[in-house]
Amino acid sequence: MSTHDTLERSPAGPPARALAGASAAGARRRRGPVARLTSWLSGGLVQALLIVVALVWITPLAGLLFSSLRDEETNATSGWWTALTEPAQLSFDNYSELLADSGIVQAFWNTVMISVPTTFLVVAVAALAGYAFAWLEFPGRDAVFLLVVALLVVPVQIGLLPIAELFGRLGLYGTIPGVVLFHVAYGLPFAVFLLRNYFAEIPKEMLEAARIDGGGEARIFVRLVLPLGRPAIASLAIFQFLWVWNDMLVALLFANTSSQPLTVALQSEMRQFGSNIGILAPGAFLSLIVPVLVFFAFQRHFVQGVMAGSVK
Amino acid sequence: MSPTTHRRTAPGAATPRRRAQRRKRTIACLFVLPALLLLGALVVYPVIFSVGRSLFDASGTEFVGVGNYTEMFRDPATLTAIRNSTLWVVVAPALLTGLGLVLAVLTEKIRWATAFKLLMFLPMAVSFLAAGIIFRLAYEHDPDKGVLNAAVVGVHDAFSDPSPYPTARAREGHGVEPGEGGSYVTGATAGPGDTVTLGFVGIAPKDLPEGAGPAAAPSAATEELRGVVHLDFVPGGGGEAGRVDDGESGLPGMAVEALDGGGAVAARTTTAADGSFSFAGLAPGAYTLRLPGENFAEPWSGVSWLGPALVTPAIIGAYLWIWTGFAMVLIGAGLAALPRETLEAARMDGANEWQIFRRITVPLLAPVLTVVFVTLVINVMKVFDLVYIIAPGTVQEEANVLATQMWLVSFGGGNDQGLGSALAVLLLLLVVPAMIFNVRRFRRSQS
Repeated sequence: MSTHDTLERSPAGPPARALAGASAAGARRRRGPVARLTSWLSGGLVQALLIVVALVWITPLAGLLFSSLRDEETNATSGWWTALTEPAQLSFDNYSELLADSGIVQAFWNTVMISVPTTFLVVAVAALAGYAFAWLEFPGRDAVFLLVVALLVVPVQIGLLPIAELFGRLGLYGTIPGVVLFHVAYGLPFAVFLLRNYFAEIPKEMLEAARIDGGGEARIFVRLVLPLGRPAIASLAIFQFLWVWNDMLVALLFANTSSQPLTVALQSEMRQFGSNIGILAPGAFLSLIVPVLVFFAFQRHFVQGVMAGSVK
Repeated sequence: MSPTTHRRTAPGAATPRRRAQRRKRTIACLFVLPALLLLGALVVYPVIFSVGRSLFDASGTEFVGVGNYTEMFRDPATLTAIRNSTLWVVVAPALLTGLGLVLAVLTEKIRWATAFKLLMFLPMAVSFLAAGIIFRLAYEHDPDKGVLNAAVVGVHDAFSDPSPYPTARAREGHGVEPGEGGSYVTGATAGPGDTVTLGFVGIAPKDLPEGAGPAAAPSAATEELRGVVHLDFVPGGGGEAGRVDDGESGLPGMAVEALDGGGAVAARTTTAADGSFSFAGLAPGAYTLRLPGENFAEPWSGVSWLGPALVTPAIIGAYLWIWTGFAMVLIGAGLAALPRETLEAARMDGANEWQIFRRITVPLLAPVLTVVFVTLVINVMKVFDLVYIIAPGTVQEEANVLATQMWLVSFGGGNDQGLGSALAVLLLLLVVPAMIFNVRRFRRSQS
């Protein structure tokens, strides 16, 4: 729809439109104090509204942070916001206690041991496949890629029961490699989709020139495709890392107490929520600080990674 | 293009070429093999397995056909889950898209847009578990702990004064009896020239209003009905019930009504800092004094966010906190790509901001809005962690959605893997439209 017919349909009609245009231009030239005041006011209103929204968005996080810094008794008797006026309530005791808990520390390392290899594997496997889908020829290539596109939205729930059984037979159930394999498989459709589309944009001439120079496919892949694909690979890696770091569902089923990540370890404390705030609040903060740091360090890649799945 | 076309190019003379062709194909297969093996074994195979498994009973030995699927719509817990999932899908994506659109448009008008977008997007980095804990804290019922109820109660109390003495009760047997609606009335009547002493207990000295002064026995005045409302309790002991002793505090701010013989309110006053009150200018006669119930009402303690009625909307609220930034940033990117000239031309033509938004921005953004909406629908259908974490054990059943119900049925004590598989297949079927949408969109982008 063009501007033209939009405005034709406005009640003012064409002749009035010309007039309105003229008067608007006139108004801009000599904007009276009233016009300036209204625009300043509406600008101020937008500012105020967005400040309120920002405060609403930051408050729950502040609540977690403050609660994690207050002892159990203070949390049970007064709101965290009282710490704003009585900062003496705050201490790192909960954190030192949490970090002295070997189960939690183990769970933290398990989270690292699950998310780092998963990220690496997803990127490696998807980059290989993405290149093949974009530039190599093999029977059924386009049909298979359409299948990958279809698999984009398959819910992980469909895999829980069958793979639990499969892993049980293979001895992978309850182990970190099992959790990693599951995550890699369910991360692949998006990863292959993203990288294939990105690699497809590489100019054909560059690849042909490399082939004429006698480069084998493996060499082209490592020397040319991977470096050119760096932005997409970075976005994918960050997205994948956060996804797995934050996962609870998959690990809840496939990990046991010695291989469970932080999310699962904390989840088991949820039942006595009220009396466990001293563990849960700092634990939640510990689990979110890594993704938040990654977020601030790689904002652009992060946002692109999250968005890439939908806008293209 | 299809690889078979190459094979036909030059019959006979192409053996080396053919060999090269085969080599190329082998290499290609090596490139895709790891991905295809993983996808085949861990994604495609489970889909087929689940469909098959869903046709068998709990133990997996007896074929029950579509029995599990019909059971799904009979089992009340699963029905609740289906209803809740429907609510989620109807409400959350639409709200998020709308909110994202409005915020994206508004964000264009401020200078600190980048900071604002960063802040709004930040919750996307937070796990559902952490978000769940964050909102369990925020939704605490006690207004002294949960920030949301603290705010709600604060607003409520700003418009209606909280009652000063929710815990107070009259000293029994000293002339003040409980009346209707939580009020207290005097047993005997009094008139101008009389004095009345109304003793109350059940207020901790620390809960006394600021500025409450020591009470004194009222002195009579001919034209006035005078009295005192006091805390009939001496801290540290001593004193006599039913009279004002040294060290007893008055109860200021207490509403007192004089009722005439017919029970109508003849006059009304409020006690002073020392708890004293007086009615001047009352017509001679016998009056009953009443301390209306508003003095003693329980304070309003806010909304039970995680009670059975509101738990699903409350969890959707937490979900909004996480995803609004996503919708906003995505729509904002679409907005930035709009042709500036179109908007400028409309502005020059005198269209106001609302007309521009309604007639130009929204229609031009429709493709982006659709993508955001569809992405959110897919994600909302699979929501699990947030419900699992936020809903307290006692209301878990009221909050259940398909994904949590699938979990509970299969692993959480239900142990019915037949029904569990059927629920997983249902979840898959629900995203099939999105699958078709994606495939179509991809094909269109390729042609």
